[in-house]
Amino acid sequence: MQQAVTSDPLTPVAYKSKKRLSWVGKGFLILLAVGVLFILGDNLIKNPALFVQYVVDGLQLGFVYALIALGYTMVYGIVKLINFAHGDIFMVGSFISFFSITEFNMHLWPAALFPDLPKLLVVIIGTLTVIAVSMLVCVALAVTIEKVAYKPLRDAPRIAALITAIGVSFFLEYFGALYFVFSSRFIPYKQPFDVVAYYINGSGIHQIVAGTPPPVGSITFSNIFVIIVVVSILVQIFLQFLVRRTKIGVAMRATSYDKNAARLMGINVDQVVSFTFAIGSAFAGLGGVLYAIAYSQIWTQMGILPGLKAFVAAVLGGIGSLPGALVGALIMGQAEALTMGYISTPMRDAVAFTILIVVLLIRPTGIFGEPEKEKA
Amino acid sequence: MEIFISIVKIALIIAYFYGLLKVMDHSSIWVKILGIVVAFGIVQLALSLQFGDFQVLNAFDNGLLMQACTMTMVALGLNLIYGFNGQFSLGQWGFYGLGAYCAADITFRWARGDSRGLFVVGFGVLFAGLAIWTIFKMLEKNRGVPVLSAFTLYLVAVVASSAVAVVLGNLVNPVLSPLLGTISEPGILNSQIVKEIIFFLAIVLAGIFAAEVSFLFGLPVFTLGSDYFGIATLGFSIVVYTLMNNSDTILGFTEMKGGRGMIGIEKTTTWFWAFFFLLVVIIVMRNLINSGIGRMIKAVREDETAALAMGINVANNKLIVFVIGSLFAGIGGGVYAHYIGFLSPGTFSFINSFNPLIIVVFGGLGSMTGTITASFGWTFFLEGLLRNLLSGLGTEAPTWRFVLYPIALLLLMLLRPQGLLGTAEWGFLKTTFLKSKKIKIEPSEAALAGKGEAG
Repeated sequence: MQQAVTSDPLTPVAYKSKKRLSWVGKGFLILLAVGVLFILGDNLIKNPALFVQYVVDGLQLGFVYALIALGYTMVYGIVKLINFAHGDIFMVGSFISFFSITEFNMHLWPAALFPDLPKLLVVIIGTLTVIAVSMLVCVALAVTIEKVAYKPLRDAPRIAALITAIGVSFFLEYFGALYFVFSSRFIPYKQPFDVVAYYINGSGIHQIVAGTPPPVGSITFSNIFVIIVVVSILVQIFLQFLVRRTKIGVAMRATSYDKNAARLMGINVDQVVSFTFAIGSAFAGLGGVLYAIAYSQIWTQMGILPGLKAFVAAVLGGIGSLPGALVGALIMGQAEALTMGYISTPMRDAVAFTILIVVLLIRPTGIFGEPEKEKA
Repeated sequence: MEIFISIVKIALIIAYFYGLLKVMDHSSIWVKILGIVVAFGIVQLALSLQFGDFQVLNAFDNGLLMQACTMTMVALGLNLIYGFNGQFSLGQWGFYGLGAYCAADITFRWARGDSRGLFVVGFGVLFAGLAIWTIFKMLEKNRGVPVLSAFTLYLVAVVASSAVAVVLGNLVNPVLSPLLGTISEPGILNSQIVKEIIFFLAIVLAGIFAAEVSFLFGLPVFTLGSDYFGIATLGFSIVVYTLMNNSDTILGFTEMKGGRGMIGIEKTTTWFWAFFFLLVVIIVMRNLINSGIGRMIKAVREDETAALAMGINVANNKLIVFVIGSLFAGIGGGVYAHYIGFLSPGTFSFINSFNPLIIVVFGGLGSMTGTITASFGWTFFLEGLLRNLLSGLGTEAPTWRFVLYPIALLLLMLLRPQGLLGTAEWGFLKTTFLKSKKIKIEPSEAALAGKGEAG
């Protein structure tokens, strides 16, 4: 129900427009921004190559966060639930890929079946199989969680569902930490293909030979960086297509807008919610595999902080918005990498949450968020 | 057998609190005081008496008791914020940690001939409190200042007053430090009685410190809305944890030793102090909830818009509740630090920040009785009973504990989402209603005049 606010004679317009001392807050923000820009600019001039290196690292981190943030933003957009377990599904994804590589040698099955295949094709098919298996397990897990834990609480107070989500998250972390499941140790990850590092400088792109450091003033990156960026952008495009152009996408948008009205229109809301969980978790699993390949170490609590930061990224970009999740994740990645480079490594979490608070103070619905409608 | 004893212990503790709260509900003040003294004495006797090998509450139980007392304070604070005011906060653990480190640092330095801990925190808390109060009053007169501007004003004032406090503390220190002596040769100001006083001051100051930090933090964060508020407070816990882990490098407090943990804190907390602070927290909170402010707090939980329409300043109300809740958490932290004697950042990691939340939910949102029984039951169950039950599992036992406890949480959420006790309250904690005054309605003069004309 839209109310014409301006024509209402009782609205105290004069009171609302009186914003005293607003320059203090603006001045504070400007000072903060100038300080940050000064630090960044100063370092950029001092050592541009190092700065670009940090930006590249931040991009890698940011695109992984984007994969997780997509699931958060979609689930929150539809059921208004902070799915704390999402980060742990990310963890499960990386563990499943680890076991399918070490226990079943799944990344080598094409070579075992067809010995004549070229090596590149074997690597590609094998890695895709590993990723597909992880994604499938994540989907099965997420749909089970949704059916068992969240569905009975659909009509309960939102906070009950949130606490349940925390419980599920704890369960996955500690059940995974049991010795016969994943064990609680830090495990070095066995990559399905060799991570090759390159450096780029004035004379072009060169492969780094093991044992020799890249020349000063060059920027290094690896093949996994390129894969993460490409995959993340492809996923983004795919989801845009799914949400905007397909029937299930229309159903998702309708459910997100008004669940009861969607039900009246003949949409199977439960199915749509399950589908949303499934697709979000599939990409969390994908993110888990890529994260593990890039950072080559896994343990059962690895999902907590990336999960939280991905949620922060989703909020930053405007929750419920897919491009927002990508933009927010890139901002988080940059903030984290630059903080690690120029301030101090442990402060990266602090900076992430400070950015969240500052952005929400200026724009309460996030960067791409639509203004929230009134509580129904 | 041990399991049976553990169950009996939990039942006895619940019965103990039932009795204590009943006695405190008595109309005569002398019976109340007597009841409290007897309640204190019973546990003290159980702790100190020994019959051969058997002790009713042994050293392990003593530890659990202290832990449960601090947990109750923290959880009561969270119940005030979340259960009574409806603000979903995960930052309680961060304030608990702040209180613990602040109190520990004061007594730690005092024992080592450095009075700066006490005086810097004391002056800082005092001046910052005055500055906040002045600006608060000023802003109440001049409505319409944006939150960000108000926050900037508070921040500048607090930073300035803290700087003054640091200068003053450094001025006072050379005068006092000869009197304090060192840890091997304590001076006159390091006798047992002075130490107890300093301990008391340290805990109060730690509580107020946590409260002031929560004021500064809560002011901008409360404008974000409920879910985002939860995430931002979780972020606060993470930031506090990070700072603790790097307290010797980033913050420069070398005695806190960063991630290695702070050792050598005086173990001053006895059952007396734990009981005293717990009782203070319970009484303050009960009276707050049953006062006019308490009804405002509940009104904000039920419906913010309606509360606003009734003339309640919703923003200030939420903020004040948040500050009081953090005050309790800070006090709890101080008590904990002086019981355990060793502070490690791992204790205050954000995974544990869900513990008070789970206790509050188990006990029932908006039920003080529920929180008290749940936190005692939780501590004894998790640490005592579950440890006994799972001891056959060896090194895997702690992990199994955390596997079973989310399952219990899930079952509770599915079967009884309002908590084990719902909103039931015992004895002293029951909502009191003011006796309604009989108001004599006198007919107004106009009505009388009208009547006269008519007649």
